[in-house]
Amino acid sequence: MVQNGMLQANDATPTGQLLRNCVLFGRMLRAIGIEITPTQMVDLVDSLRYVNIGNRQDFKNSARTVLISKREHLPLFDQAFDLFWQARGQNTLLEMDLGQLLQQQQEPQKMEVYRRSPLDDPGKQPPPEEEPEEERVMTYSDQEILRQKDFARLDAEEMAAVRRMMLKTQWQLEPRRTRRTVRTAQGELIDLRRTIRQNLRHGGELLRLAHKERKLKRRPVVLLCDISGSMERYSRVLLQFIYVVTSRLDRVESFVFSTRLTRITRQLRRRNIDDALREASAVVHDWAGGTRIGEAIKIFNYEWARRVLNQGAIVMIISDGWDRGDIALLEREMDRLHRSCHRLIWLNPLLGAADYQPLVRGIKAALPHIDNFLPVHNLASLEQLADLLAEQ
Amino acid sequence: MEKLVKTVMGMQSIDDVQQALAAQNYVCERSLATAIFLALKLQRPLFLEGEAGVGKTEIAKVLSSLLDRPLIRLQCYEGLDVNTAVYEWNYTQQMLQIRLLEAAGHVNVDQARHELFSPDFLLKRPLLRAIDYADGKPPVLLIDELDRADEEFEAFLLEVLSDFQVTIPELGTIKAPVPPVVIITSNRTREIHDALKRRCLYHWIDYPDFDKEYGIVLAKVPQAPATLARQVVAFVQELRREELYKLPGVAETLDWITALVALDQEALTEQVVNDTLGTLLKYRDDIQHTQGAAMRQILQRLPGLV
Repeated sequence: MVQNGMLQANDATPTGQLLRNCVLFGRMLRAIGIEITPTQMVDLVDSLRYVNIGNRQDFKNSARTVLISKREHLPLFDQAFDLFWQARGQNTLLEMDLGQLLQQQQEPQKMEVYRRSPLDDPGKQPPPEEEPEEERVMTYSDQEILRQKDFARLDAEEMAAVRRMMLKTQWQLEPRRTRRTVRTAQGELIDLRRTIRQNLRHGGELLRLAHKERKLKRRPVVLLCDISGSMERYSRVLLQFIYVVTSRLDRVESFVFSTRLTRITRQLRRRNIDDALREASAVVHDWAGGTRIGEAIKIFNYEWARRVLNQGAIVMIISDGWDRGDIALLEREMDRLHRSCHRLIWLNPLLGAADYQPLVRGIKAALPHIDNFLPVHNLASLEQLADLLAEQ
Repeated sequence: MEKLVKTVMGMQSIDDVQQALAAQNYVCERSLATAIFLALKLQRPLFLEGEAGVGKTEIAKVLSSLLDRPLIRLQCYEGLDVNTAVYEWNYTQQMLQIRLLEAAGHVNVDQARHELFSPDFLLKRPLLRAIDYADGKPPVLLIDELDRADEEFEAFLLEVLSDFQVTIPELGTIKAPVPPVVIITSNRTREIHDALKRRCLYHWIDYPDFDKEYGIVLAKVPQAPATLARQVVAFVQELRREELYKLPGVAETLDWITALVALDQEALTEQVVNDTLGTLLKYRDDIQHTQGAAMRQILQRLPGLV
């Protein structure tokens, strides 16, 4: 009834030109990696009926609220919008600017939209078969030697063998009882709803009880791996280990650090291990740099902890503890991290040495705040870790 | 304060929304008003993300009072399930009814089933109440802190929000004649699934700038002396530039100034700030960081401080 009253300055439905521009704009957003659904496009056109499009700012706000659903995309949207409506009518300019925008987008920076293309080098793709599956026959004692051999002393062939064995390790994590329930034949809780329904058969007399129990769910895992200079001998193997864990289990977040912290979860989610490792290496800019563990953990605590440490997460820090940063800071941040996760495990490749003493300053500061301090220098130690994680 | 009731139809422009919100003492910038306006007009849920204490939840309350519609709030937590969010059968009543039927001596299984699973024995939880509203006024549904719920609930919510209908196996499908106004908030402690966000209009609420925050303080705590209000807002604005674990939100600013007013303070001094810092910062590390040199520096930069 008041339908007409709702319409404003632009009393008619959006004109053809405007529609066309909206569609073009949507296409531009898609081109820079912002996914837009058809429903969102329809909403945009719909919103034009209510908003005075003579007011550029209002139109921009409307388009933003309708089309964007991620905070990371907001600055990108603002840029794209301004470019687009400046360039209306001049097609070539638009294409050029769009190109620029795309390039900016692909510079490695905080915004995590589409970062794929520059890294893929079509020139030298690795051969498609992932691993030669013939699997050289290894005797039991070969395997046993390999299991005990320090990661830092592997040659190329052994490295490949270790990788194959790593891929076979079963990772089972101690589950957590959630507040959700599942039906069971015998459970600690009574499912009243089912009980009543089922017993209606007997005229409502409660003869049989239906049960339910708390659902178990795997805990999330967060891996923080030191890739500073002192860890260099181990970084390659450990990255493989992180890949295995990240790709085998869901809800794993992985980060590497030396002078700063880089999240590599997305890169490691690729199917092919070589692709994954190559991409992960490409986004890290401080390989074999100095170590400031405290700093890195602080960044994790401030920027990521609240987002990835929900639901009783297990945190594993892989580092030798050689810290050239502020030790007081390290201690403070370890304490904070310890308080915000279910279990904090420190994996130290040097712990494998028989005569190892935790004398390094970093380790000393961190020790009071960790739940488990374990070696991670050979396959046997990884198995030990897997056992520890699986036990209740 | 004069109570201003508006209808969705009555709000014809973004200005209307902004003014109506201002009349309810809610100060917001035009982009947020636009998002609210479109959410009302396009009948889409509004997804508000932002740090804690920037006034996300408040919007739902204000809208409910503004539109004179009941506010239905669903506080999310991990393990939130259909039984607590949508409906539950009233088991005790059902069992009692069974006894009554027995006492009456005729238990017809089919009939009993029909009777026991009728709306009389249904306990409506927030989502069902928001869809199956009786008095003809679609409510304002606030789904608060969705990031606290788990993924399972999100998937379920997706279903409800796309058609505004709920299916109860024993009763059939219930659909809202007119969709309720839905406000979803998230503190972004985890990423909400894209599919859900795409059904909604999205708005990110940032910490306000000085002018806006000052406006909020004046609107919410009108009895505060102007100098104090300016100092408090300037102090908080500076504090947000410090490296803190948890930055103070607008809610904390309001708490702080209310506390200062209650203490009869006219202006900020180091002593006063020291004593009341706990209303603003909630982590011991942050308080330690702020006390002392950092605080003195900020205080020196404040306007109108002698």
